Amino acid sequence: MIYEVFRQERKGQAFQHAGSVEAPDEHFAEIYAREQYARRQESVALWLVPRAAVSEIDEFPDEFEMKYRRVDGYSIKARLHEARERAGTLHMAPGAARE
Amino acid sequence: MRHASAPERSTWHPEPHVSDRTDLLLALADDELILGWRNSEWTGIAPFLEEDVAFSSIAQNEIGHARALYELAAAELGTTADELAFDRKPEEYRSAPLVELRRLEWARTIARHWLYETADEIRLAALMASDDSEIAGLAAKIDREEAYHRMHAEMWIDRLLATEEGSSRLNEAIDELWPYALGVLDAELRPELKARVGERLGRALPDVEAVPRGIHEAELAELWEEMTMVRRSAPPGSQW
Repeated sequence: MIYEVFRQERKGQAFQHAGSVEAPDEHFAEIYAREQYARRQESVALWLVPRAAVSEIDEFPDEFEMKYRRVDGYSIKARLHEARERAGTLHMAPGAARE
Repeated sequence: MRHASAPERSTWHPEPHVSDRTDLLLALADDELILGWRNSEWTGIAPFLEEDVAFSSIAQNEIGHARALYELAAAELGTTADELAFDRKPEEYRSAPLVELRRLEWARTIARHWLYETADEIRLAALMASDDSEIAGLAAKIDREEAYHRMHAEMWIDRLLATEEGSSRLNEAIDELWPYALGVLDAELRPELKARVGERLGRALPDVEAVPRGIHEAELAELWEEMTMVRRSAPPGSQW
């Protein structure tokens, strides 16, 4: 069985895919994941997911090349600032100083 | 000589009659060092990649335990962990013959690993109850890591016992190693080992003479040559 391993580097952070281990069952997989992805204290937690439990989506049709949906070359930061100013929600922006 | 200014290598030699405490610490440390070394012989050639990494990591843990134990002994003897680990002669080691055997065959390796971890659990439990707070504290600390080694060993035993071939190869290896396994423990702790191993394997272990600590397998001298080669190759007092 192949298990996909996700590791969390620090508490509160998102888990990220670390790699996979092959093991005959869940117990072996736990030991192997522990030794491969946490023996140097590089992880505070691991998730193990049997590969069969992962649903993959790999088809994203784009028949009409709707480039305008992408934000390449479009400075969203300044426009967002203006929009927030108009709406009077500047103080609610992420990172804004709270009173 | 270009290294004339380097300090002389310590002329410390273990006293033939060290305290019982030091003798105990050296026996524990030597077991962990030699077994760690033996287990590391699988690095790169274990049956599959995941096991290779796991078993090598376990080997490194054992050597870490040895270092902590040598440091306690070194404080009492006025020396260092490195000198205790590498500057003694093979016959001065207190290791149990079980850990000295070179058996590069997976069923035997797993049998030894499991027998050692089982014996070590019994020994650590006794040490954790010791009046010597330094020894009791270190034993508890080591035991918290050994718990994962035991999990690993127990999984393999489950796995091997599940098939006819696995079971017969495991039991054959256990029979060969059993007198050695008894020799890891002092006489008063041996009945508990016999009970635990017997219960797990579902059969009675034979009453045999233990292969005790104090005698050494011929393989230890070879291992020592290899283990101390780098240190002996450098001028005394070299810093690593």
